[in-house]
Amino acid sequence: MVEPHPQEFVEPVSEIDVRLVDVVKRFGDSNAVDHISLDVKDGEFFSLLGPSGCGKTTTLRMIGGFEQPTSGLIELQGQDVTWLPSYKRNVNTVFQSYALFPHLTIEENVAFGLRRKKVKDAEVKSRVTDMLKLVELPGFERRKPNQISGGQAQRVALARALINRPAVLLLDEPLGALDLKLRKQMQVELKRIQREVGITFIYVTHDQEEAMTMSDRIAVMNRGQYEQLGDPESLYERPQTRFVAGFLGVSNLLAGTVDGSADSFVLVKLADDTRLRVPAGLVEGKTEIEVGIRPEKIRMNGTDDTIPAAANQLEGVVSDVSYVGVSTQYIVASKSGIPMTVYEQNVERTSQGSLYRRGDAVRVSWLPEHTFVIRDAAAATREPVPAKEIH
Amino acid sequence: MTAPSLPVRVGPTGPSFRQRVGKATPYLLLAPGILWLLIFFILPTFQMFLTSVSTGSLDNGFKLTWSGAAYVTSLTKFGTQFENSLIYGGIATLLTFAIGFPVAYTIAFRGGRWKNFLLFIVIAPFFTSFLIRTISWKVLLLDNGPVLGFLRDTLHLLPADASVIGTPIAVIAGITYNFLPFMILPLYVALEKIDPRLIEAANDLYASRWGAFRRVTIPLALPGIFAGSILTFIPALGDYVNAILLGSPQTQMIGNVIQSRFLLLGDYPVAAALSFILMAAILVAVSIYARVLGTEQLTG
Repeated sequence: MVEPHPQEFVEPVSEIDVRLVDVVKRFGDSNAVDHISLDVKDGEFFSLLGPSGCGKTTTLRMIGGFEQPTSGLIELQGQDVTWLPSYKRNVNTVFQSYALFPHLTIEENVAFGLRRKKVKDAEVKSRVTDMLKLVELPGFERRKPNQISGGQAQRVALARALINRPAVLLLDEPLGALDLKLRKQMQVELKRIQREVGITFIYVTHDQEEAMTMSDRIAVMNRGQYEQLGDPESLYERPQTRFVAGFLGVSNLLAGTVDGSADSFVLVKLADDTRLRVPAGLVEGKTEIEVGIRPEKIRMNGTDDTIPAAANQLEGVVSDVSYVGVSTQYIVASKSGIPMTVYEQNVERTSQGSLYRRGDAVRVSWLPEHTFVIRDAAAATREPVPAKEIH
Repeated sequence: MTAPSLPVRVGPTGPSFRQRVGKATPYLLLAPGILWLLIFFILPTFQMFLTSVSTGSLDNGFKLTWSGAAYVTSLTKFGTQFENSLIYGGIATLLTFAIGFPVAYTIAFRGGRWKNFLLFIVIAPFFTSFLIRTISWKVLLLDNGPVLGFLRDTLHLLPADASVIGTPIAVIAGITYNFLPFMILPLYVALEKIDPRLIEAANDLYASRWGAFRRVTIPLALPGIFAGSILTFIPALGDYVNAILLGSPQTQMIGNVIQSRFLLLGDYPVAAALSFILMAAILVAVSIYARVLGTEQLTG
């Protein structure tokens, strides 16, 4: 597998729609957005992912023109828009609360932008009809926002923004208010619509699964900055910071010291003298490192089972078992003292009777290729910056 | 003969006492208000109507004659006072709106943590008597008072014989001042409810600040505008204190006529007829106003 190296800046082949250069937003004493630079490519589905207060919404609001950066530069299709008011930007927003105009009908809501741009009446009519068809709400023209459901309001908000054919569509946690099932459905829908219209989407969310499902690239944000930027696969398979490893899925992190090498692997010695193999390319010459492994990549083995020689293995005792249908989640207290989370598909050990039980002695194993190495352990110890996020 | 036995209930027993009380709760809650209105509004109104079609005098007593004379007198003799009421009340309502809207808007959108304090300031005058406040306006507007004195003697903006007291200006100023909070409070309530995201959404959809104000803020504030102007205009129409204290015989409003007919002249039929005409005029005016603003907007 060719490793898609996570890029901080895009390759020059594709056109850049949005560029943030060293953008800072201060609220009082703290930087809600703390020196962010990033490029969003034309036609890309780009997500800003992070916990609440990480600055993702503020970043989006600055692109939309609802906030002005304290310093830095925002470019839209090569044009500096840092100080351009929102109504002069070729950008439209889908707000978290939808913000549909309650006094206007669905048709008037969707047509609002075109009316302000003085588009001819006949064209407005036909574009509204087309747009309501695109979001699968034909025939809703005459209704008022209080006469439709949350999911429908969400589609209207999307139609109201997309009808203007903006260069970039900003979406601020648009699915947050919907129930789980509807949210899953809308994720697929949003992706379909984005492909159909080919407009750049910048999507703000705190839901890692949502971001992974839809995005071409994700910037994982924490404390006003992004810690890692890349496609979902590289973020998941090769998280570079503790925060990313923990925020996207579940990770087992094992601290150790580099202690020699064998073939193309580096040997890492853990606290209990267990040695792990890690691909040499990931270590980058450091001596104190944290080795990570995802729970679903670990295998459970009985003490007598044979384990492939190349695999890493740890001895331990099962301390917790949760059967969740599709898989069983184990927590294994390893000899080195670190609890290891292991997800095992319920294929070979299907019935409750054949699962490992609490107190069973086991050996967990995984292939060295599946490990990742935390590049920047310092990120987790950085002083917390209290950041305010406007909702 | 066997002793009558208690009926034995089989099956569903119907709503319990508690459930029956529960169903009646809305009516029980409404009852005091309805009784109050019946005794102190409906009955007196009916009584007043009977008075308006009676004839007689305070000394000889009034007799129900179903005569329309009081209505004829009312409509023919007091045109000027009706006119004054409409004009003063109307102008005062416009002025309270012009002054009150920016105040309500600022408190609602920029008030921040000062909101409650600012609202308190708006209603603070209510802690003093209406009469005292109106009398102090008289002092303020006297020919040698601080307002005229400053404008005439210091700034030389007014001629030496300028006078405000006793003119419609003074009456309108008094009404505007006294009813301003009744405009500000409903406007505030309506504006405060507007989600700032709606303004942002309008800006996002290419509406300028003014465009967003005109197409989003104002339409959403309509219920407040309606309530505020009704609460100002209706009492202003019937007001007589401002006209007595700040005006002159030429600036009499219909309220002054009703007051003097009732309390000074003892001409109850005409006073009652005037009241009914005023009420009818207000009902007509309000329904036209509601129609113009759009009832659908007002009821959501």
